Amino acid sequence: MLNYLITRLARASLTLFLILTFSFFILRMTGDPAMLIMSPDAPPEALEAFRKGWGLDAPLWDQYLGFLGNLLQGNFGYSMRDKSPAMALFISRIPATLTLAIPAFFVKLIIGIPAGVMAALYRNSWIDRALISLSIAGHTVPSFVLGLVLVLIFSVSLGWLPSGGDSSLKHIILPVITLSLGGAAVLARFTRSAMLEVMGQPYIRTASAKGLKWHMVVKHHAMPNAAIPTLTVIGFMVGSLIAGAVVVESVFSWPGVGRLLVTSVANRDLAVVQSLLLLVGTTMVCSNLLVDALYGWVDPRVRNSSSQAEK
Amino acid sequence: MKTFKFWRSEINALPLLVLICLTWLVGMVVVAFTADLIAPYAYTKLNLSERLLPPIFFGGNMDHLLGTDELGRDVLSRLLYSIRISLLVAFSSTLISAALGIGMGFLAAHFRGWVEQLVLVLVDFQASMPFMIIALAVLAFFGNTLLLFIALMGFYGWERAARIARGLTIAANEQGYAAAVYDLGASPWRVYLKHILPNIASTLIVSITLTFPEVILLESGLSFLGLGVQPPMTSLGNMVGYGREYLQSAPWILLAPSFFIVVTTFSVSMVGDWLRDRLDPTLN
Amino acid sequence: MSTPLINLLQVNQLTKHFEVPVTGGWINRSASLRAVDGISFNLNEGRTLGLVGESGCGKTTAARLVLGLMKPTAGSIVFEGHEISATRNAEWRSTRKRMQMVYQNPLGALDRRLKVIDQVTEPLKIHQIEDARTQIEKAQNLLGELGLSSTHWHRYPHELSGGQRQRVVLARAMILSPKLLVCDEPVSALDVSIQAQVINLLQDIQDKYGVASLFISHDLKVVRQVSHNVAVMYLGKIVEQAPPEVLFKSPQHPYSQALISAIPSVSHRKNHGRVLLQGDPPSPLFLKPGCSFAPRCHLAMPVCFVSQPELTPINDQHSAACHLITKYAAC
Repeated sequence: MLNYLITRLARASLTLFLILTFSFFILRMTGDPAMLIMSPDAPPEALEAFRKGWGLDAPLWDQYLGFLGNLLQGNFGYSMRDKSPAMALFISRIPATLTLAIPAFFVKLIIGIPAGVMAALYRNSWIDRALISLSIAGHTVPSFVLGLVLVLIFSVSLGWLPSGGDSSLKHIILPVITLSLGGAAVLARFTRSAMLEVMGQPYIRTASAKGLKWHMVVKHHAMPNAAIPTLTVIGFMVGSLIAGAVVVESVFSWPGVGRLLVTSVANRDLAVVQSLLLLVGTTMVCSNLLVDALYGWVDPRVRNSSSQAEK
Repeated sequence: MKTFKFWRSEINALPLLVLICLTWLVGMVVVAFTADLIAPYAYTKLNLSERLLPPIFFGGNMDHLLGTDELGRDVLSRLLYSIRISLLVAFSSTLISAALGIGMGFLAAHFRGWVEQLVLVLVDFQASMPFMIIALAVLAFFGNTLLLFIALMGFYGWERAARIARGLTIAANEQGYAAAVYDLGASPWRVYLKHILPNIASTLIVSITLTFPEVILLESGLSFLGLGVQPPMTSLGNMVGYGREYLQSAPWILLAPSFFIVVTTFSVSMVGDWLRDRLDPTLN
Repeated sequence: MSTPLINLLQVNQLTKHFEVPVTGGWINRSASLRAVDGISFNLNEGRTLGLVGESGCGKTTAARLVLGLMKPTAGSIVFEGHEISATRNAEWRSTRKRMQMVYQNPLGALDRRLKVIDQVTEPLKIHQIEDARTQIEKAQNLLGELGLSSTHWHRYPHELSGGQRQRVVLARAMILSPKLLVCDEPVSALDVSIQAQVINLLQDIQDKYGVASLFISHDLKVVRQVSHNVAVMYLGKIVEQAPPEVLFKSPQHPYSQALISAIPSVSHRKNHGRVLLQGDPPSPLFLKPGCSFAPRCHLAMPVCFVSQPELTPINDQHSAACHLITKYAAC
């Protein structure tokens, strides 16, 4: 088990390192950042001054080391637009994103898993068919369309809920729904197939042949075993939440990290984009690591594999 | 070569829904090719005196079947051109992604050793970050031309094809038919092209049909944010983005492209699902 | 009929060690898995050598080494007077025409997308022998000889029975007229009634085409029937070698004795002198000094735990690697 965790940790660190290097080199590869920010016909002295100010005139390797050093000190560079520290900028936005992401995560779980289990248990009934249709819808309707349609219905036509801004609890409802529905549908579909596969296994038949009541069979045998692959999907959910947040925050003008990313990209504010890239990368790596650890703990095959000689 | 009779019986065996979806897709492809011919107006043609006209049954007129947008441009024409651009991006990117993925998968499986490790690390890297974020970063750094954008989209989903190709090739090589054909003295090229690729084609096709709708969604999402297809070119996501401001006053501007996005993606998913069931009934 | 026996294959001290990582606690050590540990044998043209032993004794590894599919750690393989190398270059590919393999699992060995006729013409296409029409003709003839009629030629592997598939594999192997066929458990996956058919087929092929065969199996009864000579393997070494009649009548090595006494037979009385092996087969990773069979041997002597016995000739046909032989031979 320990071996397994260490391997995973090593791979995670490697991935993180790659992300760092990737974001560094991509910035330098795209041509002169100075010319990108200032117009191409700015006087050469101004460009030179800009470069000096940002340390862009040093040899590449020095820049790289400086970059890493800065990171370790928590210096993520400065927003090229308004000169404020990038890190402070995105930290200030994180709470807003979390306000959407955390409830959405739980909504996905609360809707998705039971729906999937029910669909599996009542296979081919109307529940099952309804679920499959809904999950296909969840998969094919892009979140911005969903968000806009919801706004159209609930804001514009019915006037029940506000369409933008973030001042009250009411404002959270539509963004969270938009963010969670697609993922909930996918999760439900996946849980359904995991449950179906588990329930087709011989040991389930044995359990119920032993005389165990059906709901006990489901609770003690089927669901724990179906949990294992479902765990992997939950790991993906974190990623899709982040990607979803980008779009949803833009639709609802929500002042979170996602919207910051979009505006920074549009403005070519490279330091901010870079730091957001690192932030997202670290989050993903940590969440994957957590899922791997949970996996190792939950699946006894992984837990006990380290003691055997490998061939 | 399959005969005409064979194909006709295949078509008759299609469930109605899949048939409808297939027809829709064929229609979309036709539109993509003939947009120039059938669009009543050029998609950039402004007509400021006829701004924000509603579509035909909602108070509009025959000139603009789907109304006009905020600059007086005909929504229908823009829609037709958008379909072309969006489909172009989706097709090209899916092909690039498939070729890239299969190639990498084969390389990893054939050479093993450090080549395989390198490919796996790249696959891990790609799989660990939501592609949207990677795409945004690249767009920020590299700027945006259509070619660049297609190339970027071509990196979507390659890791899935790579994983599949690698896994199946290793299995084929180790104890299976590929090992046997090598033992007969065949060169690696022959083994890969004539034996392995046809055998794994069905699984790969399934993966590709999964990628295709996702690319459509990704492209439209990025275009919606203003970071994808740039004006003056128009794509489905683009149109939704522009129409957003007029959500209350002129919702048809964004509803028309949204409808097409959803129905097209749905159709591809349905056909893909059906293909998957047909090609490999053991998968569920 | 005294055709001079031509030496087709000479294997000398063939050795293959695998480095295997052994996880014990924190540090990964690696141990040496001695899959094949210095075996030597000869095979003459048109004859069959049966290689028999339990699973994991190294027979499949030996087969792959002989065919040049794996690089040996030490030792030499001389085929038709040339050394076999495992480097997959053009020369290696050309040698494929002279030696071929028949597999245990015929379904896995056949490309399931190719029809039978295409499977058999594939080797001809690879080596660019003859034109398309002649290729098909040759394939059809060979398939006919092997008992597959034209109704089978356009079928796919999964549409055939196990025995039929193995015939296809055989045809594919034989189409290039190789001099050596290495058969790795070719009948183990088949029903007993089909086994007999395929074995007869192999013998017919040998008689007709004069192809030599290295026949690998764990099934003694089958080996007895097809071989001109039998070598018994245990943990990577050959412990006894003799023609089947001699071996089965009077096995000299305790391991062979145990194997042969275990063959169920109607004529034997109950517990006629069955030799039971004690203990578990040791792991090929951590071998102790001395004879590798000693821990399970019911006739083990102190010397057996100290030094390894060499393969010693008992007479000109029969040799065994056991201290009992050398002990009695010395007397």
